[in-house]
Amino acid sequence: MPFALSRVRTVLRCSAHGFLRVAMFVFAMGFMPIQGLQAGAQELNLYTVREPGLIKPLIAAFTGKTGIKVNTVFMNDGLAERVEAEGVRSPADLMMTVDIAKLLEIVDKGLAQPVRSAALEAAIPAQLRDPEGRWFALSLRARLIYAAKTRVDAKAMTYEDLADPKWKGRICIRSGQHPYNTALIAAYIAHHGEAAAEVWLRGIKANLARKATGGDREVARDIMGELCDVGVGNSYYVGLMRSGAGGPDQEKWGQAIRVLLPAFSNGHTHVNASGVVLAKYAPNPAQAIRFMEFLVSDEGQKIIAEANFEYPVKAGAPMSPFIAELGELKPDHLSLAEIAKNRKAASLLAERIGFDQ
Amino acid sequence: MSLDQRPSQPAEWPIHPSRGIGAPFGFVGRFMRGGFSGWTVASAVIACVVMMPLLALLVLGLGGSGDLWPHLMAYVLPEAIGTTLLLLVGVGLMVTTIGTLTAWLVTAYDFAGRRWLEWALLLPLAMPTYIIAYSYLDLLHPIGPLQSGLRHLLGLSSPRDLLLPDIRSLGGCVLLFGFVLYPYVYIATRAMFHMQVASLVEVAHTLGAGRLGVFFRVALPLARPAIAVGASLALMEAVNDVGASEFLGVRTITLSIYTTWINRSNLGGAAQIALLMLLVIMVLVGVERYARRHQRYVGNARQGRRLSRQNLSPLAGFMAFAACAMPVVAGFVLPVAYLVVEAVTRLRLFGLSDDIISQTLHSVGVAALATVIALVLGLVLTFTVRQNSNPLTRLLQRLASFGYAVPGTVLALGLLSPLAGLDHGLDALSLALLGHGSGLFLFASGGALVTAYVVRFLTMSVGGLETGFQRIPPSLDQAGRTLGANPLGLLWRVHLPLIRPAVLSAGLLVFVDCMKELPATLLLRPLNFETLATHVYGEASRGTYEDGSIAALAIVLFGLVPVMLIAGFGKNSQTMPQSAAKTDRTETGS
Repeated sequence: MPFALSRVRTVLRCSAHGFLRVAMFVFAMGFMPIQGLQAGAQELNLYTVREPGLIKPLIAAFTGKTGIKVNTVFMNDGLAERVEAEGVRSPADLMMTVDIAKLLEIVDKGLAQPVRSAALEAAIPAQLRDPEGRWFALSLRARLIYAAKTRVDAKAMTYEDLADPKWKGRICIRSGQHPYNTALIAAYIAHHGEAAAEVWLRGIKANLARKATGGDREVARDIMGELCDVGVGNSYYVGLMRSGAGGPDQEKWGQAIRVLLPAFSNGHTHVNASGVVLAKYAPNPAQAIRFMEFLVSDEGQKIIAEANFEYPVKAGAPMSPFIAELGELKPDHLSLAEIAKNRKAASLLAERIGFDQ
Repeated sequence: MSLDQRPSQPAEWPIHPSRGIGAPFGFVGRFMRGGFSGWTVASAVIACVVMMPLLALLVLGLGGSGDLWPHLMAYVLPEAIGTTLLLLVGVGLMVTTIGTLTAWLVTAYDFAGRRWLEWALLLPLAMPTYIIAYSYLDLLHPIGPLQSGLRHLLGLSSPRDLLLPDIRSLGGCVLLFGFVLYPYVYIATRAMFHMQVASLVEVAHTLGAGRLGVFFRVALPLARPAIAVGASLALMEAVNDVGASEFLGVRTITLSIYTTWINRSNLGGAAQIALLMLLVIMVLVGVERYARRHQRYVGNARQGRRLSRQNLSPLAGFMAFAACAMPVVAGFVLPVAYLVVEAVTRLRLFGLSDDIISQTLHSVGVAALATVIALVLGLVLTFTVRQNSNPLTRLLQRLASFGYAVPGTVLALGLLSPLAGLDHGLDALSLALLGHGSGLFLFASGGALVTAYVVRFLTMSVGGLETGFQRIPPSLDQAGRTLGANPLGLLWRVHLPLIRPAVLSAGLLVFVDCMKELPATLLLRPLNFETLATHVYGEASRGTYEDGSIAALAIVLFGLVPVMLIAGFGKNSQTMPQSAAKTDRTETGS
């Protein structure tokens, strides 16, 4: 090591030049997107909270078909805040996000632009898009129950059952503040009222085998590790695990669980959506709308369903076999926007009863 | 080298008549003793820029928070404050114990493997907390290799027969953070031990103190400022962490900022919690500084000698080796071994993605640029204090260091509107002057990202350079001045050559942290600009861990090069005070 180190140090000694080169390099890199944003170019800019692993195949197919280049930036919390701060000069054409509440938040902040498109309206059922065309759902995911194949006999369960004392010390779930769970609690409030929701959530809390933390896949893993017998997780994780896309270990986790398509006592399953919004100050609206329409075309819906194992929004679009085998999904008839209204109450409730503690 | 009980800056510090326009009497005069200079103005500008996000947070916070606080007080804070305090106490004890003990062992004693461990102890610095959390959950899970192996050995069939404590707990979080954050304390205390203790240790031995006595009664008190600096960095990183602690189920106050913002869209409330936490951190840091306000370690001409290492008996030597090797294994070797296995699996299944090269270039490029800027700004701030130490310049230096005391996402959020404001200004200017707008230049060029890194990690640059300056006796400055050097010449020809090791190790610390940084990178980078950290995050949040492991390994590897360099430069710096001391003796003729 000393030899190698002295070499490196020698290099660093002339580092004034090195740093200058790096600085120039970074600035050169920085300028590239600016040049790319010149008006008239066949391209569009996408801000997304969906991971590159899902977005890439969609973009490849779209660009292959139309020649329109899609520039992306993948982020998480703060997407709406960034677009808001960027204001009239924001390069964002489209914003893609998960969780209905996030879609509505973008709309509420006044960052959306209404879209009228026959193709979008034909493909997406009315309850899965904004009547004024400011947001459109692209895919659905259901909140499911994972049960230990070898230790749980139940073949069907309701969300209400999760609070049954017979599951004491046997349930795993992620944080009560995670948007997926917040939406489920919000849906429960919408169905049964806040007081009943509190009793229910306290019941689940009393049944937990471990702290409410980690992700949905950890639920399957902990079931395999016999830390718990029953858990709550999203539908697409089942496909991600069982298909082997997450590696051989996760394939085993996925095989250790039996997936139940639960329902509220009214017989319908809680779903959430991923969706897309056209930005108010989109510099390339025409290209952006073409991309939106591609996303709900047969081809786009097929990629979404296959690459991320989600339920397509378009009637008749094919599902991944890993999802189709879970059985027929009967989505909750409550509108997503109705559920989203209870989000704050749901989040406060989870904190009030110390769900994550 | 002595623990001097002096109330303030050495009195021999010259006040140059041509420099001062400060009032000679009263509070203002005391506040700006030595007057105003271009350096002070530059420091003030830097401090203002760094404070931009704080002001933006204040504006957000003043916007109101609705009915947030009664709810927080009743249901969230009692638990969250308790958790946060336990986390801080636990991590604080761990980093202080591991960092100080290992630094003392490798400095004061000689044992087999010491030379190797002296730099290996830095390695966990390259390990991001979110990666170590993922790795350890995999390793320690009931179906992971450790427990499976144990069950196999013991002949148990069901995981329920062997219930070990879950790493997803406060205790687990403390352990993991402790094992990756102790190097901050190790670096600082090792440097302190190297430069200061020789004669004091010898005196202590002469007076009959044993090994433990020397450590607890001489080394430890001497190392206190270094421990404070290192531990405060480690604790701020621990308390501001979101990814790892959330994953491990530890609900700190920082997480309630997120809940308030994300789940309830109450950005004003989130800003208020963040500001309150910042205030608490500032007060704690202030109290600690106040408590040792009279302790000053003055670089002194006659004591730049290094401690000669004692040989240890084979048994004691082995124990010292084990004590030093343990944190390296836990904080680096095990998780890296896990990453290598995962990366190999992935390579075998899917091959190597081309993107990894551009991601690496992006990561290294922005990290290097941010490092250079952080060093230059840090140099301006610390040299201003060196030139003209008065409450104003010291305050500016402190203010410029606040970025590390808030969570990364909060800082990035706070930067959004100032940066966008600047961008819109630039755009309007360009439109007026050139006839076409510049668009959002800072966001599109990566300038926003570099700014965030600089604001966040400036404290490391300032801290490192401050230590470097403290080692140079003031008499050198006087000599330089007498010989006619102006401040810039003094800095360039006298200080910089002497503090080069400090400059480099501060720069490398900043670089490693930029490479690991995630939340600001996610929020502020340009289009089509993936870095290693964002790639790891993208894969981890989608659950394709193997894909992420290659990039995670790349972060660790690229973080490792600087860590090894710090180790090398650390050795250089040991000789530095001696040469400085020699020069000092000649100049002062004493």
